[in-house]
Amino acid sequence: MCNTCGCNLTPGNQRLAFKPVAKGATAVSVLKGLLAKNDDQAAHNREHFDRRGILAISLMSSPGSGKTALLEATLTALKNEFTCAVIEGDLETENDAERIRALGVTAHQIVTGTACHLDAHLVHDALHHMNLDGVDILFIETVGNLVCPASFDLGQHLNVTLLSVTEGDDKPAKYPVMFRAADAMLLTKTDLLAVLDDFDPDQAEAHLRNLANPAPVLRLSARKNLGMDAWLAWLREQLAAQRARVAIGQSRRPAIQSDGQTFHSASA
Amino acid sequence: MHELAVAQALVEQVEAVIVQHAAMQASLIRVHIGPLAGVVPELLATAFPLAAAGSRAEHAELEFSHAPITVRCQTCGAETEAAMNRLLCGACGDWHTQIVSGDELLLESVELETVPT
Repeated sequence: MCNTCGCNLTPGNQRLAFKPVAKGATAVSVLKGLLAKNDDQAAHNREHFDRRGILAISLMSSPGSGKTALLEATLTALKNEFTCAVIEGDLETENDAERIRALGVTAHQIVTGTACHLDAHLVHDALHHMNLDGVDILFIETVGNLVCPASFDLGQHLNVTLLSVTEGDDKPAKYPVMFRAADAMLLTKTDLLAVLDDFDPDQAEAHLRNLANPAPVLRLSARKNLGMDAWLAWLREQLAAQRARVAIGQSRRPAIQSDGQTFHSASA
Repeated sequence: MHELAVAQALVEQVEAVIVQHAAMQASLIRVHIGPLAGVVPELLATAFPLAAAGSRAEHAELEFSHAPITVRCQTCGAETEAAMNRLLCGACGDWHTQIVSGDELLLESVELETVPT
């Protein structure tokens, strides 16, 4: 955001800039994003990725929706095509990173202790522990949580949000902040649909559209290798798009453009 | 529970404003939080004293404001209010809308004491 030219004033907040000054005090108008420091670090991370031509994707979902299983299947399928790397975020254990390393893929585990989300600084520190030479796609598996990760930009280009069919199809309506930020929504574990009578994939998609989100909805099962081709094709498409952006010196932020940045992105 | 991280970022920014204006301390902090920002004002208010302890924002009052969620329809052009999980056009019902307001997370202004009290 910009505090110099006033471009962070939007129809939603401009009235705030002209509040009367209380007597006996100096009122300073700031109008700065509360998470500006995180956002600056995220922008730095993103530049780092762009310089190396890396596509960075954040995987977000509730715990147990199959993020790591999806990664295992994806990394195996792309093994001979692209070089991938993974950052894992969990409160405790190296378990997920070990599962990825078992496939011969570089993985760094961020152990957050009790923190419920990753932030741009944690990701930056992780990058310093990783060899990113020749990496095409970096996956960041966030802490399983449908609330907090939505508020923190990590420097990724795309958000992929998983919704397993063992959860309710109304999750997008219950967690609008998270699902509004999705650049793609994956309905996972679809092989279980046959034994579940209360999850309607069309309904899940309708709830996503209610959030004004045009993101593609892909239905797949990583374990049973169902619908993986469409997901892999989407990844190839996104990597090609990232390379095209890098070639002309552009970048992209995930689906949500917080206000102010919307106004800046045209000139950035 | 990420409100504590937000509170810490808030205190850091207020400290920077205090330094920038060579003030003694902050007396009032106005924060603008839209319903779609993913931050709960009440929880931020609870976390604030913990983050502010020992800082020059410690004795400041925290004031919240919020704009309603408003969307602009890309199909019919209408600007209408919307609910958090139903960001549809209030005029024609289309979901191809853009957020006009309601997703802000801003430090709006700070009132500073410039002389010792």
